[in-house]
Amino acid sequence: MEVKILSAKFDIEDSHRLEVAKKHGAYGTLEKLFAMDPADVIEEVKNSGLRGRGGAGFPAGVKWGFLPKDLDKPIYLAVNSDESEPATFKDRYILVRDPHMMIEGIIICCYAIGSHDSYIYIRGEYTSQLKILQEAIDEAYEAGYLGEQVAGHDFRLDVTVHRGAGAYVCGEETALLESIEGKKGQPRSKPPFPAVVGLYDCPTIINNVQSIASLPFIIEKGAEAYRAYGTEKSAGTHLFGISGHVEKPGMYELPLGLPLMEVLNEVAGGVWKGRQLKGVIPGGSSTPVLTPEEAHTVTLDYESMAEHKTMFGSGGIVVLDETVDIVKLVENLIAFYHHESCGQCTPCREGLGWMLKIIRKFIAGDGREDDIELLLELCDNIEMKTVCVLSAACTMPVRSYLEKFRHEFESYINSSNSDPVQSQAE
Amino acid sequence: MSDRSQLISSGQPFTFDSARDAEFERLIKRYPIRESMIMPALWLAQEQEGWLSTEAIAYVAERVGTYPAKVFELATFYTMYHLKPVGKYHLCVCRTLSCYLREKQEIVDYLAAELGLRPGEVSEDGMFSLEEVECLGHCGTAPVIQVNGEFHEEMNVEKLKTLLAGLD
Repeated sequence: MEVKILSAKFDIEDSHRLEVAKKHGAYGTLEKLFAMDPADVIEEVKNSGLRGRGGAGFPAGVKWGFLPKDLDKPIYLAVNSDESEPATFKDRYILVRDPHMMIEGIIICCYAIGSHDSYIYIRGEYTSQLKILQEAIDEAYEAGYLGEQVAGHDFRLDVTVHRGAGAYVCGEETALLESIEGKKGQPRSKPPFPAVVGLYDCPTIINNVQSIASLPFIIEKGAEAYRAYGTEKSAGTHLFGISGHVEKPGMYELPLGLPLMEVLNEVAGGVWKGRQLKGVIPGGSSTPVLTPEEAHTVTLDYESMAEHKTMFGSGGIVVLDETVDIVKLVENLIAFYHHESCGQCTPCREGLGWMLKIIRKFIAGDGREDDIELLLELCDNIEMKTVCVLSAACTMPVRSYLEKFRHEFESYINSSNSDPVQSQAE
Repeated sequence: MSDRSQLISSGQPFTFDSARDAEFERLIKRYPIRESMIMPALWLAQEQEGWLSTEAIAYVAERVGTYPAKVFELATFYTMYHLKPVGKYHLCVCRTLSCYLREKQEIVDYLAAELGLRPGEVSEDGMFSLEEVECLGHCGTAPVIQVNGEFHEEMNVEKLKTLLAGLD
């Protein structure tokens, strides 16, 4: 099932070094690129069906088309390498095993959209990854792939790495821009969208690492070759991160559209320790959980996930075995989002803290029957009432656990009520 | 770490060493506004000293050309900036989703007992500090910890013993 499009060079020793990467085709598309009209590059990417790989799945070429024409301002490209959605660890492989593929992708994107300044926003925790990426950029400058004349063509391009410092919210694209501008990572109200008013109030495209890294293949082999993988509406391949309770967790490149359970069983070795499946988180911690029944009918593409009332997200699949205590898992998730709230919007800042207190009441044995309804009500009152979707990234999955595993919350209530004397004594 | 509301004086003046001064000058040319240099400059200061003192914050503000309050605002918002000294070995254990499922609590409990520290504390001799942090992006090799930024994957008590024995 595995394919090697983005990961073609991942197993080659020292593939992050320019010398090695070049031997295996790095920067091979540039001659073809500079012979093309930028508009044709955008058209090719549109035709490829490439969708944003950060989680939202918005068509990349269409996004580029939102840039205003003939505006007398610089255009910026920001590459989102914040990768901090729990269960997501795919972009890291590109950063350390094939950074030149990403740099080549940046050149392609910047040529297409007419940008001469690109910033790569990398999460602060990626220390060794940052070092490897910076060395690759330095090598690219030395070899003339970046700088005043990219590969000898009359096209300037500077690429600068901007290091985050531990804020999940900076993966949200306008928080990311605020952070580069030297501010707290607090998302902006939209519209205006970044394509019109972005970094330094200039038109800005923000793309995920994997989206950008997909570009060299599309330009070299053409949109049709990319479409040969995946489904009609979910074209191409994706780096899936499979973690949790499986025998062989890890990063696997797969075409979109495969049945989830086949992938889990045949690629990831199935549920570990011969245990039963309790649920699957399909695309990062913010995506609603799937029951085993749902997991057996869903395929790994944007459409099937939507039909199952969840999201494809970032391709970070988490397997939950029968031993998982859903209430404690939900506590872990709410604690994460509460900690990462930027504090700007009251429903998120206060509401997630309130939800955390309630879930801890359950765990302490003090949960009451109406607390389940209270949690659901809070979800409704928080979601979509904030500037960005961080709060929804918490409430959407929490609601799914409450609806699909309600009995586990109830059993916490019942067990605490079963022996009132003892619980009073505690 | 835990209390992020106060700055502490180191009692020493702060300036960038020559390597960091050069890196500051290289980077500032890449941004159209000087404020963009606050975060990179805070990183340079923290790399040099290990943490961010009142003096370092004031120096960054002066170099960038902004108010110390603005620099302080970012230093408190972004949790990887240390506002007090951490241990010579700063251990971060991932507490989120996949590491949670893969028994990160055993890792936390072992380190806490072995080092005599609760998460958020620094040992009295200044050798170790322990912190529980949110998702580190290594979910496929959970549970993971970072020691001074370096990742250690698929951790268990045996591997922790070996790791700790190598830190002195």
